[in-house]
Amino acid sequence: MIEIKNLHVRTEGGAEILKGLDLSIPAGQVHAIMGPNGSGKSTLSYVLAGRDGYEVTAGSVLFKGQDLLAMAPEERAHAGIFLGLQYPVEIPGVSNAYFLRTAVNAVRVARGLPALDAVAFMAEMRRAAKVVELSTEMLKRDVNVGFSGGEKKRNEILQLGLLDPEFAILDETDSGLDIDALSVVARGINAHRGPGRSFLVITHYQRLLDHVRPDVVHVLQGGRIVKTGGPELALELEARGYGWVTEGA
Amino acid sequence: MEKTPDNAFVESVVRKGYEHGFVTNVESDAFPQGISEDVVRAISARKAEPEWLLDWRLKAFRTWQKMAEPAWAKVGYPTIDYDAIYYYAAPKGPAPKSLDEVDPELLATFEKLGVPLHERAALAGVAVDAVFDSVSVGTTFKDRLAEAGVIFCSFSEAVHNHPDLVRKYLGSVVPRGDNYFAALNSAVFSDGSFVFIPEGTRCPMELSTYFRINAKNSGQFERTLIIAERGSHVSYLEGCTAPQRDENQLHAAVVELVAHEDAEIKYSTVQNWYPGDEQGKGGIYNFVTKRGKCAGARSKISWTQVETGSSITWKYPSCVLIGDDSVGEFYSIALTRNYQQADTGTKMVHIGKRTRSTIISKGISAGHGQNTYRGLVEIHAGADGARNYSECDSLLIGSQCGAHTFPYITCGNDSAQIEHEATTSKISEDQLFYCRQRGLSEEDAVSLIVTGFCKEVLRELPMEFAVEANKLLAVSLEGTVG
Repeated sequence: MIEIKNLHVRTEGGAEILKGLDLSIPAGQVHAIMGPNGSGKSTLSYVLAGRDGYEVTAGSVLFKGQDLLAMAPEERAHAGIFLGLQYPVEIPGVSNAYFLRTAVNAVRVARGLPALDAVAFMAEMRRAAKVVELSTEMLKRDVNVGFSGGEKKRNEILQLGLLDPEFAILDETDSGLDIDALSVVARGINAHRGPGRSFLVITHYQRLLDHVRPDVVHVLQGGRIVKTGGPELALELEARGYGWVTEGA
Repeated sequence: MEKTPDNAFVESVVRKGYEHGFVTNVESDAFPQGISEDVVRAISARKAEPEWLLDWRLKAFRTWQKMAEPAWAKVGYPTIDYDAIYYYAAPKGPAPKSLDEVDPELLATFEKLGVPLHERAALAGVAVDAVFDSVSVGTTFKDRLAEAGVIFCSFSEAVHNHPDLVRKYLGSVVPRGDNYFAALNSAVFSDGSFVFIPEGTRCPMELSTYFRINAKNSGQFERTLIIAERGSHVSYLEGCTAPQRDENQLHAAVVELVAHEDAEIKYSTVQNWYPGDEQGKGGIYNFVTKRGKCAGARSKISWTQVETGSSITWKYPSCVLIGDDSVGEFYSIALTRNYQQADTGTKMVHIGKRTRSTIISKGISAGHGQNTYRGLVEIHAGADGARNYSECDSLLIGSQCGAHTFPYITCGNDSAQIEHEATTSKISEDQLFYCRQRGLSEEDAVSLIVTGFCKEVLRELPMEFAVEANKLLAVSLEGTVG
């Protein structure tokens, strides 16, 4: 599904953050990336989604055989990349439902599917909202304006459900969530797992992985994947800290 | 990041530019350039006006000669040579008596602008008066309106057919010496629209005037007068476009509204005069005086404007709230890009008791655009319990544009309540990226964010025009990012 090779990235005019990252995620798998603050986790998610402000100095990213780095952010979205943000953005004056429909239809049309009319979309949206327990009231409100932390994250998973991506990156989706919100979000993620969809779950903590069991766990440190293992690696990190990985290396 | 496809796209839309910049090839019958008493007399004679109106024009002209062009607005432009302007330009030939006699070339022009004048093709439920350079070329649905007792005709026609009404109300809201541009207009105005809604009548259709400047180096000086008698209601909309020319052209209009007891006037503007090119060359100088008088108790005047065109906009649609419990509203979207400058806002003058006013202003600046909100809330001593709420929000796109706010408040009554809120924000990288990550193109993302920013104003527009205004905003925003 996604093939990252020797990826070097620096901030525009700044320091190098990713220093030769290799990562390969087959279709249908869930990979978790863990790592200390400043290790390059969010940079990786932004670079994959095509955000401005980063410069790729070496390496390649292939998504289903296509050169992902040559594509604009919206083209990546059309191709099937989704990024759930750590801090979802507010758009005042634009209702969540209108925003979602605009996005869904932009993606559908780009994928050669007919745009959904208002009625068909509403039905689709209600179904997807149920999965993450978002009320119809929340759908009428302005995008993320006045949403609690948990509501914002559930709204991200709602978008994941509606946009039907093949590769979803979730950047610290668990941060700032209480236990109840965490389990709703996790249930939402699990509902969207399937053979045709891969996930990259970025997190600081083991606790999300208690709910969303990964196939593979990677440790990102100093801009590189320094260790890869099964779900048990996350437990070990939780118990022993990140320092243990480098000591052992 | 890879930027090439974006830049190419942005370039292509920048080149797309202004959609209404074509010129209509009609022979124009214009007076010689320049302004003098003779020109004023000639305009009046051409329109076969009564003596009192010529006299009114001449007084205005003499007042104007003694006045100085105002310099307080936050706009900059080279000195206007008032002797280089054609003050009267009209399509050649005898004036058409009905729509059937209108030059097909002119009908085609309005058709192309999306304002078909054949009633079969016309927008259902909207009557249109079409003004081309200095004259009205036709008014639709006149008969249907007449059945309801509504008068909707060109200003020139009103002078002949309803002289008493014109004489009673002309200059009653904007006196001929009110300001430099109003005085100039009073001297040389050539046409415009006239509306009279009789007592207790709800106007059965939306009324609309479409202004088109076509002739080169000509100015357009029109007057609109709307009178709403007791308990009546009318919704009126004006639209404006002009060809793409390298020279600046002057548009100095005057609009007067009078609302009697319990009457309501809703006046909406979608202004899309040629804004000049990417270097700031050409474009219309839009120096307009608009004022409404809430003369009667419980009357209401509501201004809504979407200003996307003109190289310079100088206008302050205002309300004089004389009747007790009368209401004034001002909803505004002003968008400036390239080198456009807008200095716009409103005056709310509270004279009657418990008068209320609301001001919602949304300024959007992109490119090198400069956007100024200038507003006055004036509470007179007798205005017990008057209330005002003002909200002025500015949105910046890019780093070379500017937004400025000058709210003036004078309060002569302790029982008044005045609230003012102002915000300035930028379209953030975060918002743009978020929308694009969800599949929206950069242009659609900006358009979505701006539409959200303008929502409170857009929802005030009549349904038929809200869609148009939305499209206009989207077109005007093309090429503002990248």
